[in-house]
Amino acid sequence: MSKETRGSDPQGVSRRGFLKGVGAGSAAAGFIGVGENTAQAEGQDAPAIVGPGDGTYTLNIDGESKEVTAEPRATLLDVMRNRLDVTSAKKVCDRGTCGACTIFIDGEPAYACSMLALEAIGHKITTIASLGTPEMMSALQKAFVKHDAQQCGFCTPGFIVAATDLLNKNPNPTREQVRDGLGGNLCRCGTYVGVQEAVLEAAQSMKGGA
Amino acid sequence: MQDFEYTAPTSLEGVIGLLSETWGETEIYAGGTDLVTCLKQGLTAPRRVVSLRNVKELKGITILDDSIEIGAATTLTTLLGNAELAKHATALIQAIEGINSKQMINVGTLGGDLCQRPRCWFYRNGYGLFGIEDGKSLIEDGDNRYHAIFGNDGPAKFVSASSTGPALIALGASLIVSGPEGERTIAAWDFFQTPQSESDRETALKSNEVLTKIIIPKNETQSATYEIRHRAGLDWPYVTASVAIGKEGTKVVLGHVAPTPWVSDAAGKALNGRVKKADAEKAGEVAAEGATPLSQNAYKVAMVKTAVKRAVLRATGQEEEA
Ligand SMILES: Cc1cc2nc3c(=O)[nH]c(=O)nc-3n(C[C@H](O)[C@H](O)[C@H](O)COP(=O)(O)OP(=O)(O)OC[C@H]3O[C@@H](n4cnc5c(N)ncnc54)[C@H](O)[C@@H]3O)c2cc1C
Ligand code: FES
Ligand code: FES
Repeated sequence: MSKETRGSDPQGVSRRGFLKGVGAGSAAAGFIGVGENTAQAEGQDAPAIVGPGDGTYTLNIDGESKEVTAEPRATLLDVMRNRLDVTSAKKVCDRGTCGACTIFIDGEPAYACSMLALEAIGHKITTIASLGTPEMMSALQKAFVKHDAQQCGFCTPGFIVAATDLLNKNPNPTREQVRDGLGGNLCRCGTYVGVQEAVLEAAQSMKGGA
Repeated sequence: MQDFEYTAPTSLEGVIGLLSETWGETEIYAGGTDLVTCLKQGLTAPRRVVSLRNVKELKGITILDDSIEIGAATTLTTLLGNAELAKHATALIQAIEGINSKQMINVGTLGGDLCQRPRCWFYRNGYGLFGIEDGKSLIEDGDNRYHAIFGNDGPAKFVSASSTGPALIALGASLIVSGPEGERTIAAWDFFQTPQSESDRETALKSNEVLTKIIIPKNETQSATYEIRHRAGLDWPYVTASVAIGKEGTKVVLGHVAPTPWVSDAAGKALNGRVKKADAEKAGEVAAEGATPLSQNAYKVAMVKTAVKRAVLRATGQEEEA
């Protein structure tokens, strides 16, 4: 967005006018400084005010700092896939119902499709790409291969992230707990039995059992 | 999705100052799990989104002598792990357990759950809260299997989507709301309202108010939530019943059957502290009385009976096999 249009929203109403409309008196209270579209002060976890229009900020994905320029409306999933070429999290429903986009935010699973990318600033984002590689698979990934726990494979990265979390918290789950614990992930191809087998076997092998 | 301005103030005052006096101009972002979808579906096209992420005072649980205070932006996962809530607000914890997705509850907040917009598929597909096309209700003669069986005589026929709302009402919770004029306290029951026009919303909040706290009294109550669901994975229930049995009486509140959580005073009175299986069954019958199902959702009436019965039995440790 050019400098001239920066202070304006798509309807051409200036930001200052809008701010006034909603009580400019206290608008600045509690702000980390009101800045440019791209404002993101060093060491602070969120920009003061971004957009409408592109802003530039940094995300930490799989241990790397990545700078991105995007509009505020961009979801974390879209920014990862379309701007940063991080395609390890998949897009299926794009509305928080299927789990294909599951990633870790500070170690806890979340849906990347249902979160604005701006909200992930300052947090550690981890995708399946950090859990293993084709040459060095995690025990869970190996078990997925062995038990044929996928058909089209679109749901698989999300399932593996969610199941990794499940095993971190409960290293010895029952089949019932596996089924229940993966309630946030759907497989359209219906490979649930394979997924459950894989998670149960991974639990065993991680204990040095199998 | 129309682009917008995004801000994340560090104080509650900062948030309030940035909210518009008119609905639709600004939206509050807590966990975003519903808001982001609403933005994508074009159900709201705000010019500014105000995030609660940096407002520390809205997060966390405080245990007081006679109550438990929950910051509205506390995640549902945080609530699940709290032993005091498990003890004093069992019905709430069981309602959260029903939202069976770690990904959802790790990010979703209690305030967001209470304020989530209806899931009525006509609404979500652009026909407004009342599902009207060319002046005609699409809901009355359409696919209304998931719609209201109570409180549906007005234009609103969707069901309130929150499962935590009925639990909080049963537990006698109050909600604290802050706006430019200061703070007000609203009983959980009064927080929910049935919109009478398309420009109304489903809660008592004004567009420039923030839900800040949920306060649950620490009564000696036995409480439970029982849900009837289509599947074990992430989805909304058909019907829920939350009950709380205490010295002050017995409260029965239904979820997902009306445009608001639905209090059955009659069922509460019918029980009046009696909790034998026959009493529980009777309460279910009474709760279902007066239902006005639409063309495709009479099945929910039978579910009300079962949910109430099982919630009473669950609250009193007499759980029966589903
Ligand atoms: C597939 C699926 C199944 C689900 N099943 C269930 C279920 O069974 N039961 C159930 O109860 N829920 C269910 N949910 C809903 C889920 O619990 C909510 O999406 C979540 O709790 C919303 O929290 P949030 O913090 O992400 O809200 P947000 O998306 O941030 O906000 C939701 C709405 O509330 C407003 N808001 C948020 N916080 C405040 C505040 N403090 N003050 C004023 N306004 C505020 C926002 O402006 C927005 O309009 C389900 C969701 C999905 C996608
Ligand atoms: S793509 Fe995110 S939950 Fe389906
Ligand atoms: S393998 Fe195709 S969706 Fe799961």
